Amino acid sequence: MKICYYPGCTLKNNAKNFEESALCSLNSIGVEVEELPRWNCCGTVFSLATDDLIHHVAPIRNLIRVKESNTDRVMTLCAMCYNTLKRANERVKADSESLDKINQFMYREEIDYEGDVKILHFLELLRDEIKFENISKKVTKLLKNLKVANYYGCLLVRPKEIGLDDVENPTILENLMTALGADSIDFPYKTECCGAYQTVNNLEIIAERTYHILTSAQSQGAEIVTVSCPLCAFNLDHRQKETVQKYPEFKNIPILYFTQLLAIALGCPEESLRFDLNYIDPKPILKEKGLI
Amino acid sequence: MRINISQRKIKDPFVAKVQELSGQNLLACYQCGKCSAGCPAVSQMDILPNQIIRYAQLGLKDELLQSKSIWICASCMTCNARCPKGINIAEVIEAIRQILLRKREDYLKIEELSDEEKTKLPPIAMVSSMRKFTS
Ligand code: SF4
Ligand code: SF4
Repeated sequence: MKICYYPGCTLKNNAKNFEESALCSLNSIGVEVEELPRWNCCGTVFSLATDDLIHHVAPIRNLIRVKESNTDRVMTLCAMCYNTLKRANERVKADSESLDKINQFMYREEIDYEGDVKILHFLELLRDEIKFENISKKVTKLLKNLKVANYYGCLLVRPKEIGLDDVENPTILENLMTALGADSIDFPYKTECCGAYQTVNNLEIIAERTYHILTSAQSQGAEIVTVSCPLCAFNLDHRQKETVQKYPEFKNIPILYFTQLLAIALGCPEESLRFDLNYIDPKPILKEKGLI
Repeated sequence: MRINISQRKIKDPFVAKVQELSGQNLLACYQCGKCSAGCPAVSQMDILPNQIIRYAQLGLKDELLQSKSIWICASCMTCNARCPKGINIAEVIEAIRQILLRKREDYLKIEELSDEEKTKLPPIAMVSSMRKFTS
């Protein structure tokens, strides 16, 4: 199987640990990945104002690139890219007048966009096409005795029309972790917003959310929390520094991209896990469990 | 807090503008409060999500444009997912933000961020914050 891949900006920067662990995992599963040529930033957030067409240009331009690569589907890893590309796509599919205007605006592109690209998240590819039971068969290192709480955040599941699982109680990550041999922990904050971009100028909010989300996972026995969005990762991992300052009793907990755990289970080399980019060091707990 | 309501305010073009930019029918709201019950940001808000809708119905423009809440909401879409009347509250809040941003009243002052913070923040944080908080 070959798949066209849209990385987005942060996977080429702070979230190299997300990208490299995912690419190594895909390679182990036997999926050939081709990075979308000439991709541009998707804009990170879907424009909510009805008349704001200009901000749909960036995501739609990427979909033209997908067509130019002679395919009609594209896979993302970042939850924000997934949400923005998919919502912009749904928006223009439902509204041909907007699509015409956007195409006219991009008159120098060689082709028009026709609403015919499918946006797929890596998790959907694993669940629906490769299937978790087949991934289980490829596991070389079971994540035994590792208690993992999975944090979805907002953008993989909301709004319902584009979400990849149940809007209130998604379980796709738990099912994947179970397939890898881990103990999946459920916790009530798994779809509660981390505060997102408030991290730029309102650290108070982020410290409060990080505290509530992570202590909730810890109270259920979690040893690691997984994420699928580089902004959630930044807030839940790097902002633990500010969280401890505000809540001195808070105990640090490692945050991993789900792909880092997947890569471990599939026997990827430690270089591809890029733990140097994780703020709270996950190595002690992974060593304790004999995983690295 | 004392709030004056009047026909003049209810008929203010602000109400129509909010409906147009958000694409929502404000009068569909029956004030059940479910949006506020599930909103993770209420502890920092001065006007709660259900009150934002009520204020918008009544054309309480000054109160809304000056509220902290519109900048605290992170468009997490929890309220939208749960409103029994199908109202997209996040879109209404976006419309109010847009009314200010389109007058070049930026909320985020990039120049006030230290170089250290700017270096540390991932692109996804900078781009999304600029998209939501600057014109
Ligand atoms: S949930 Fe919907 S109907 Fe209920 S108060 Fe909020 S906006 Fe109004
Ligand atoms: S979108 Fe805004 S108002 Fe709605 S639940 Fe999230 S933070 Fe609260």
